[in-house]
Amino acid sequence: MNQAKRFTSAHQSITFSRRMMLLGGAQVGVGALLIGRLGWLSIAQNAKYQLLSENNRVQLIPVPPRRGWIIDRNGKPIAINRASFRVDIIPQQLTDGPRVVATLTDLLKLPPDEVDRINRELEHSRGFQPVSVADNIPYEQYAAITVRLPELAGVAASRGFSRFYPGGSAVGQLVGYVGAASAAEYEKEDKNPLLLIPGVKIGKEGLEQSMESTLRGQPGGQRVEVTARGKLVKELDPKPDRSGGTVQLTIDADLHEYAARRIGDQSCSVVVLDVTNGDILAMPSMPSFNPNNFSDGISTNEWKMLSGDDHLPLVDKALESLYPSGSTIKPSMAMALLNAGIDRTQKVNCTGAFQLGNHTFHCDKRHGPVDMDAAVVHSCDVYFYSMCLRVGAEKLSPMIRSMGFGEKFDLPFDNQRYGTVPDPDWMLRKYHRKWQGYDTVNMSIGQGMVLINPLQLAVMASRLATGKRVVPRLLKNKPVVPQTQLAVDEDHLNFIHKAMWGVVDHGTAAAAKLPLDGIQMAGKTGTAQTHNLSASERGDYTSATWKLRDHSLFMAFVPFDKPRYAAAAIVEHGGFGAAVAAPLIRDTITFLYDKPKAIAALHSFEESIGGPLEERAARKTAVWRAANGLPPLPPTQV
Amino acid sequence: MITSAIIPRPLARLPWRLIFLVAAIAGFGLLVLYSAAGGSAQPWAVKQAIIFTVFLGIAIAMSWISESTIKAITFPLYGATLLMLIGVEALGFVSKGAQRWLELGPIRLQPSEFMKPAIVLTLARFYELVPAGEIRKWRAIWPALLLLGVPAVLILVQPDLGTCIMVGLCGVTVMFLAGLPWWIFAGPAAAVAVAAPVAYSMLHGYQRKRIDVFLNPESDPLGAGYHISQSKIAIGSGGIWGKGFLQGSQSHLDYLPEGHTDFVFATMAEEWGLVGGVLLIIAFGLVIRWGMRVSNNARTRFSQLAAAGLSATIFFYVSINLMMVMGLAPVVGVPLPLVSFGGSAVMTVMLCLGLLMALERQQRTVSTIT
Repeated sequence: MNQAKRFTSAHQSITFSRRMMLLGGAQVGVGALLIGRLGWLSIAQNAKYQLLSENNRVQLIPVPPRRGWIIDRNGKPIAINRASFRVDIIPQQLTDGPRVVATLTDLLKLPPDEVDRINRELEHSRGFQPVSVADNIPYEQYAAITVRLPELAGVAASRGFSRFYPGGSAVGQLVGYVGAASAAEYEKEDKNPLLLIPGVKIGKEGLEQSMESTLRGQPGGQRVEVTARGKLVKELDPKPDRSGGTVQLTIDADLHEYAARRIGDQSCSVVVLDVTNGDILAMPSMPSFNPNNFSDGISTNEWKMLSGDDHLPLVDKALESLYPSGSTIKPSMAMALLNAGIDRTQKVNCTGAFQLGNHTFHCDKRHGPVDMDAAVVHSCDVYFYSMCLRVGAEKLSPMIRSMGFGEKFDLPFDNQRYGTVPDPDWMLRKYHRKWQGYDTVNMSIGQGMVLINPLQLAVMASRLATGKRVVPRLLKNKPVVPQTQLAVDEDHLNFIHKAMWGVVDHGTAAAAKLPLDGIQMAGKTGTAQTHNLSASERGDYTSATWKLRDHSLFMAFVPFDKPRYAAAAIVEHGGFGAAVAAPLIRDTITFLYDKPKAIAALHSFEESIGGPLEERAARKTAVWRAANGLPPLPPTQV
Repeated sequence: MITSAIIPRPLARLPWRLIFLVAAIAGFGLLVLYSAAGGSAQPWAVKQAIIFTVFLGIAIAMSWISESTIKAITFPLYGATLLMLIGVEALGFVSKGAQRWLELGPIRLQPSEFMKPAIVLTLARFYELVPAGEIRKWRAIWPALLLLGVPAVLILVQPDLGTCIMVGLCGVTVMFLAGLPWWIFAGPAAAVAVAAPVAYSMLHGYQRKRIDVFLNPESDPLGAGYHISQSKIAIGSGGIWGKGFLQGSQSHLDYLPEGHTDFVFATMAEEWGLVGGVLLIIAFGLVIRWGMRVSNNARTRFSQLAAAGLSATIFFYVSINLMMVMGLAPVVGVPLPLVSFGGSAVMTVMLCLGLLMALERQQRTVSTIT
C-alpha cells in the first residue's frame, strides 16, 4: 500500500461516516415530520375530521313532510293534498334489473323516454335512494303492480300525495303551482337532499312559491348507518317530520270561483274587497292555467299553447298588468276639485269637443250644460277638461294618489306592478320636460300617463266608499292595517256617493242595476283607449280587431248608503265600460247577497257563450291542437 | 443477545431484541387486519400470520449465511432478477396487458420486489471492487448508473411507479454513501426539478391523476382524491387515543379504500389514535436504527454499504407509505411493511432483515476469530 492510497482510504472512511450521519439525520428528520403530521391531523384538525367521519357514517333518508294546505276565509280548501299512487325502485334490493324494468314498462305502459331515464338513474343511484318509476298512476295499475310485488324484488309501490286544487284554473293565478325542483333550485338551497326525493314538489309560482317556507314543513328522516357502497348497516333513531303549516287567505273561494267563471272568455281580472278591513274576497285573473296540470309537469305543447295565447293566461292581471284608468278616475278627480274649492253647482257647457291651443279634445257626446253631478253620472269629459285645467295638476295628483292609484301594497307576490300617477315634478324627472296643459287634460279623464292595476281600482272604490285609507290584505294571519281618515270632507263624500249611485241608477251604468231589493250599488264606468280609433270604428265593437279595442273598466261599492263591499273589473279590449265590465260586477256582487239568483245569471251567461269553463277550455285545446297538427288528447281520467 | 445456561448457544446468539421488535410490529399489524376484516381472522389475519412466520423463519435461517457467500451470489442474483423483469415485460407484451408478476405454480413472484435488496447488494459489491482512488472518476459512476437505471426503467414501464422510486432511492443511497462526488446528486436533483413537467407528461393517465390530486386532494373528493381524503378523515377522526379497537367507522363501513393494504396505517390510526401511530413509527425507527448500527460497526466496505442500503430500503418503505396515507406524498402504491396485508412487502423486508442479521453475525464471529 502506497502513501497516496492509504490517504484516500482514510478519506473514504471519513466521507462514509460523515454521510452516514447525514443520512441518519435525514431519517430522524423524516420521522419527526411524520409524527408532526400525525399530530396535526389527529389533534389540531381532529374536530374537523371527526365531523367528516360522522357525515360519512350517518346518512339521513329524508321523509318528505306533507305540504300545508291553502284554505279560504271560511276554511274551504283551495290547495290540498290528494292521495296518489306511485312506483319506485330501491336499487339496493333490485336483483334482476332488466327483467323488472321490462315488466314495469309493460304494466305501466311506460314510453321509451321514461325507460331510458329509469335505466340511467338506476346506474347512477346510491343503493338506498329510491328511483322514481311513475307518479300519479291510476289505481288499476297500482293494484296490478301490488299483486305482482313478490316477483318484482326491489320495486316499491306506495301511496303518496299530490297537490290538488279543487278550483282548477279559477285559482291558477292566485296560488301558482308546484313542481319538482330544478337543478338551479337544488343548488340554491345548498343541495337540500329533500329536493331529490321522487315526488317532492316545491312552489314555483304565486302563493305556492311565496309561502313556501310555511307550506313546506320540516322533513323528518330515518337516520341510518350506511357503508360507502350504500348498504344499510343499522337503523338509528328516526327524526320525526312536521307537516307544513296551513295558509288561510281572506279569499272567499266560492265568490272567487264565481267571478272567474262569470268572466267568460274575456281577458279580465276582477277584485272584490271587504271595505271594513281590506280583505281581498276575490281576485281571479282569467283566462288562466290549470295548476293541477302543472303539478305533474306540463307537456311542451300545453306550455306552447299557454304562452302563445293573446289573452295572457300566464299573467296575473290583477297585480301585474297596467291599464289607463279611463273615466273611473273621475269621482276622485271630482273630490280633488271640491277640495280645491270648485263649486259643484257651477256648470260647464259641453259641446262635444274642447279646444286647447290648436288641439281638439273630444267628449263621447254633446252633453250641453253640466254640473259636477251630471259630469260624473254621464261621464262628461269636457267638464273635467275645463275644471281640472282651472285647478291645475299640482292639486289633483295628491288626491288621486291618496285614493290608491300608484300605491304599493304589501302582498305575497313578487312581481306586482304599481303604475303611475303623473304630476309636474314627475314629468320633469322622468321625461325632462315641463308639464303642459294637455297633460292635465289627459290626466283628468285617466288617460295619458295614468296607469293602474285592477287591485288599485278596487282600493279606490273602497276608499271613496269609506273616506278611509283601506289597505288590502290577502293573508288572514296578517293584522288588519288600521284605517286612517283621508283628507276629505264628509259633505264631499256624501255628494260623490250620490253621484256614483246616479251612475248606476240613471247614468252610464244603468244596465248594471242590482236585481236585489233594498241594496243599491254606486259605481263608475271607464273606457280606456289603447289606440287612436276613429269615432265610427270605436262605436263598432265587432269589426275592430280585438287587440285594438278599448279596455272596459268598472268600479263599484255596495250598498251605496252603507258601504260594505268594493269591487273592480278591468276587461282587456272589452269595449265600452258599461257594456262588459259593469254587468260582470253586477253579477259578482249579486252572488254576495243572493247566490241562487247569481248562479242562475251565470248559467244563462255561460249558455250564451258556449257552456261551462271546462267544456270551453277543452274545446279551445282541441281547436289549438288541430290547428298545430297535433292528434286530439285522449279523454281525461277522473 | 441472551446469555443463559439453558438456551442453546446458536439460539442465544440470535439478535432477539430485533426479532421481538419485528414480531411486535407484525403482531400489531395482525390486530389491525383482524379489525379491518370487521372483527374476523378471515380473510386476512390468518393468512398474514402464516406469511409472516414463514418469512421470519427464512430471515433467521439467512442469518447463518456468510458474507463471502452473499458476495458470491450478489451478481448472479442481480442477473437473475433482471432476466425475470425482462420476462415479465415480454409476457405483458404477449398477453397485451400490463403485468407485474410471474406465475410459478401457486406462487406469484414479483421480480421487482427482489430488485430492492438486489440493487443494494450489487452496488455495495461494485463499490467494494472500485479502488478508493478511483471513486471520483467517471468509470466509478457510469456502471453504477447502468446497473441501477436498467431495472428502474423496466419497473417504471410495468408500470409500477412506487417500486421504481424505491429501487432508485435505495440505489442512490448506496452510491451516496460510497462517496461519489456531490455534484452527482446535486446535479440530477436540479435536473429533476427542471424535467419534472416533462416526466409528468409521460406518465400514465392514472399516475398523472394521482399526482394532480395529491397537489390538491379536495379538488376531487369523490374521484381520484377519494383515497387521500378518506385516509386523512380516518387518521384525523381518531384523535389522540383513537376510536377504540373494532370501532373505526371509516374502515368498517368501507369509506376508507384499501384499508387492509396500502392504507392500513389509516385503519390503525383511526382505532388506536395518535398514540398507536407514534408507537408504530418509533418501533420502525428502532428497527432502522438497528440496521444503521450494523452498518456503522461493519468492518468491510461491502457490509458497510450493504447494511446501510438495506436499512434505507426499510426506511423508504415505511416513510413513503406513511407520507402517502397522511397526504404528504402522492398515492404511488407502496404498502406499509409488516402491517399491510400481502406477501411481497413482508418478503422484501424479511430478506433485508435476514441479510442484515447475517452481516451482524459476521461482525461478532469475525471479531472472535481475529
